[in-house]
Amino acid sequence: MIGAIFSPRVLRGLLPPLSLAVLLISIFWLQPRTMSYFGLNLLLNLAVPIALATIAQMFILCVNELDLSIGGFVSLVACITATWVQETPLFGLLALAALIAAYAGLGALIHIRQLPSIVVTLGMSFVWLGLAVLVLPTPGGKAPDWIRSLMTLKPPMIPFPIIASVALALIVHVALMRSAGGTVLRGAGGNPAALARAGWSILRIKMTMFALAGFFGVLSGMALVGLTTSADANIALRYTLLSIAGVILGGGEFVGGRVSPIGAVIGAMTLALAGSFLSFLRLNPDWQIGAQGAILIIVLALRLLIRQAEKRR
Amino acid sequence: MSRAAILRQPWLWAWVGALAVWLATAAFTGGTGSGQVISAALTFGAFFVIVALGQMFVITLGPGNVDLSIPACMTLAGTVSMKIMDGAGAMIPVGLAVAVAVGLAVGVINYTLIRALRIPPIIATLSSSFIFQSAAIWYNRGLRVKPPEALGDFTTAKIAGMPFIAILVIGLAVAMHILLARTIYGRSVLAIGQNMRAAGLAGIRVERIRAITYIMCATLAGLCGYLLAAFSGGAALNMGEEYLLSSIAVVVIGGTSVAGGFANVPGLWGAALFLFLLVTMLNTFGAGAGVRLVLTGLIIIGVIVAASGGRHKREG
Amino acid sequence: MTDGPIVLVDGVEKRFGAVRALSGVTLDLQAGECLGLVGHNGAGKSTLMNVLSGIMVPDAGRIVIGGADLTERYSAVSAMAQGVRCVFQELSLCPNLTVAENARISHPAISGIGWRRRARALIGGMLDQVFPGHGISTDDVVGDLSIAKRQMVEIARAFAVTDREARVVILDEPTSSLDGVSAEKLLAHVRRYVAAGGTCVLISHLLGEILNISDRIAVMRDGGVVALDSARAFDRKSLVAAMGSVAEGLQGPAAKATPKRADAPAVLTARPETKSETLALSAHKGEVVGLAGLSGQGQTELLVRVFRHAAGTEVRGDVALVAGDRQTDGIFPLWSIAENISIGSLRQFLNGILLDHGRAQAFAQDWRARIGIRTPDVNQPILSLSGGNQQKALFARALGSTAGIIVMDDPMRGVDVGTKQEVYAMIRDEAEKGRTFLWYTTEMDELRNCDHVYVFREGAIVADLPHAEMSEEKVLHASFRDDGVRVSA
Repeated sequence: MIGAIFSPRVLRGLLPPLSLAVLLISIFWLQPRTMSYFGLNLLLNLAVPIALATIAQMFILCVNELDLSIGGFVSLVACITATWVQETPLFGLLALAALIAAYAGLGALIHIRQLPSIVVTLGMSFVWLGLAVLVLPTPGGKAPDWIRSLMTLKPPMIPFPIIASVALALIVHVALMRSAGGTVLRGAGGNPAALARAGWSILRIKMTMFALAGFFGVLSGMALVGLTTSADANIALRYTLLSIAGVILGGGEFVGGRVSPIGAVIGAMTLALAGSFLSFLRLNPDWQIGAQGAILIIVLALRLLIRQAEKRR
Repeated sequence: MSRAAILRQPWLWAWVGALAVWLATAAFTGGTGSGQVISAALTFGAFFVIVALGQMFVITLGPGNVDLSIPACMTLAGTVSMKIMDGAGAMIPVGLAVAVAVGLAVGVINYTLIRALRIPPIIATLSSSFIFQSAAIWYNRGLRVKPPEALGDFTTAKIAGMPFIAILVIGLAVAMHILLARTIYGRSVLAIGQNMRAAGLAGIRVERIRAITYIMCATLAGLCGYLLAAFSGGAALNMGEEYLLSSIAVVVIGGTSVAGGFANVPGLWGAALFLFLLVTMLNTFGAGAGVRLVLTGLIIIGVIVAASGGRHKREG
Repeated sequence: MTDGPIVLVDGVEKRFGAVRALSGVTLDLQAGECLGLVGHNGAGKSTLMNVLSGIMVPDAGRIVIGGADLTERYSAVSAMAQGVRCVFQELSLCPNLTVAENARISHPAISGIGWRRRARALIGGMLDQVFPGHGISTDDVVGDLSIAKRQMVEIARAFAVTDREARVVILDEPTSSLDGVSAEKLLAHVRRYVAAGGTCVLISHLLGEILNISDRIAVMRDGGVVALDSARAFDRKSLVAAMGSVAEGLQGPAAKATPKRADAPAVLTARPETKSETLALSAHKGEVVGLAGLSGQGQTELLVRVFRHAAGTEVRGDVALVAGDRQTDGIFPLWSIAENISIGSLRQFLNGILLDHGRAQAFAQDWRARIGIRTPDVNQPILSLSGGNQQKALFARALGSTAGIIVMDDPMRGVDVGTKQEVYAMIRDEAEKGRTFLWYTTEMDELRNCDHVYVFREGAIVADLPHAEMSEEKVLHASFRDDGVRVSA
């Protein structure tokens, strides 16, 4: 029984939540005041848009592609939200819908022409950033009030970022990991040839996954503006690398359709917390980004050890 | 070379593009300042080409091989070498050695991560780049140390109107072209990129070649960081930022295959000049940064779509 | 259901380049029968099954299912819709999904609320039925299962029925990765399934299995069905006889008056990595040593280990390899013929640290002439050559190197007869000059060129035959395990 609990497979699944727990406990220990409603709110606020972007990246990784443009995309959404959605809501929302359609189109282009997604999305990162600059040439704009009030909700007992993250993780988990349709989408990452043979259209699956990524990218940009109240074209460029790191940290694999929405959200929160942890450690804040890299390397090393233990059995 | 053979040269389109945008600019301005534009393009293009040379060899190793740590490596090498020289002219060679050593170390770390953790190079260089970037921030402490005057002058010097640094980088590119085409190392990189398993079975030491390639790429990034910091009056923490996407863009537009196994050096210069001249042209036309970025992105995608069209035909 | 055959393939042909994989095969499958299908390597069994399951489109011939001619619109999807299921040797499960989720992939009807429960019931019930006591949970992730358990899931999924019937189930070497007990359970299930009116095609190299289970047996050779009769009409001996061409002896032109082994020194010894009992292989200078047996019995692995000088092998001198699977192991598709040939010998062209392209060019020209690669210009792309000539280029790469030992991984796959004869002559010639060859081949004829043959079975070397003692019958007998599976249906 105990052997079953400590089996490599269980360990592999527990690695992301354990990393987050260790980090959280260390923060509480270093700075007990964070263990409060407002403390947690402050700590985790910015984790919400990062988690949404990470979920977006996860959909792409699930079908063995990679999105190097998600940071630029989130920035563009933030700029549109802080301008068009605020001024002319209907037009603004239509623009956002068009962006999601553009993502689906990218998926189709990559699949039909068999293009390397790295280069296509690299090109798109220029396009999104350029559009963002066109929409909002200088930092500014204003978050629509309804988004602002949503992002600053103060629900009783549990801080909003925690509720939002849990809800996000559960909803995507049910949709992708538990539903009949989600199963087919993941299968396309595991063995596309077998799926095509069973009569499923890989093109439609790719388009769906890219559209979903676009949808969550849109949510990420809107949430970000809700927190920062204004936008600028470079606001989320870091999200590209953070989202990839978040998925991997959450137990996702680079290929083969092995992803975990709950893990991805946890991974994103871990990365968001890493910075706070260092400042509470009174370590130099310069190492904030470095800590994210170090955590990623440590977790990957642990995963390798677990995998080797698995092989030995 | 027959006309058809010339038309098939992979570097051709980057050069045609560069020439076209330059002519368009010159036509718009009536020829005034065209000389300065070329001179600036050669200088800035030189920096792009240095990192793109390394990235080209990495990308040529085949799918999944990209070095994402180039910007962080440039920044780290730039800051460390500037601070060690501390503006002293006598320290110029020491600074150069330090920058190259930083690049070497970065490359060794990158390859060690790829090998030891058995993770895709993208993830390995991504995570290590976070650490290098932090190291640079920490080491720099917000200071901007000026480069030695002689070094600064060196990077802006001209010989008969030609930027000296461009001449140096043209020399470097020639050396790299020979490395690619005329050495066992170069042939091995091309073979691995086409078919890694077959390369191993043909007797090529695959892992040794991959190690050399990642280390060389980082070393070139270190060198570029040193020169760029000297050129721009000191190392800035965001100095490498635009070089991540640009290094890949220059390689792709220059006609190197993203799928690996095929590379060419002349295209890098063409693509670097093209990208710079495109920006200049759009500036002259009064287009803003936004339009510039959108066009750059669409051109990258257009190139890759066109390249894939050729591949489909060959297979069919 | 009509009385006619449930499936009829009529005069089906399929070519791959110069090779005729199927030369007009006609075969019928009746409801309620199990058809055993046997044949040596490359007889066309797998191609025929790929055609039947809609993955390959035949060049000629008809496919009739349930009396309707479906040739024009036959595909993997329509085969599935017609209830033709195939269990392939290479698994077609998604390793990242659970057992139940994989059932959902191939049965789109399982959806909506409660789909997971129904998928579990479907696949779990079928597993219980076929492999009672299987020990697989329907919530296990397939990638975490052992090969044997994955195979069980794959088989159970093929027999499972939702809105899609399982009218014809094709089993391609289903017992190869199962243990004896599970294999017996499967065969018992096949009998039950057939008794209930289903149709089954069983491909296996275990002849006892075939003889016990099948109602009829079809024997394939060289892309055609050479014998088709009731299973009772065959026994082990007559099956082996039908598969091979027993009439001719194997004493070919390469027969040496004096075996080399006596006076030449040994240049390599190697032992397969296996837990079962195995002989060791050794090769002496100037010998051509054959590695025989069915395909995929550990021959390639041993060659690669010799090539890498891996632990467990003792190799004196450099080794060059000639790949058999040209596309994945041999060819550099973007390069010219000359570049593909010279990559194995780059050191010979060094001038200081730089390569002398002129010398590489001359080298390639020289080998083009010596080995007879049919091309006007060695600077043409390698892909402009036919398969056989690409293979010659790979031979040139290995023979042109300085290596004293050449290992060959079934290099004649898909090569035309003329080329083969030329290459055989060249190999004998090089062996005379003192080179040593390890030659894995799945073609019986080629073993005539060998001084010594080792037969592989299930990762081990089970027979060691000097040229004088070699016969096709001996090789075949060693290749097929003498299994005694009995089934109580």
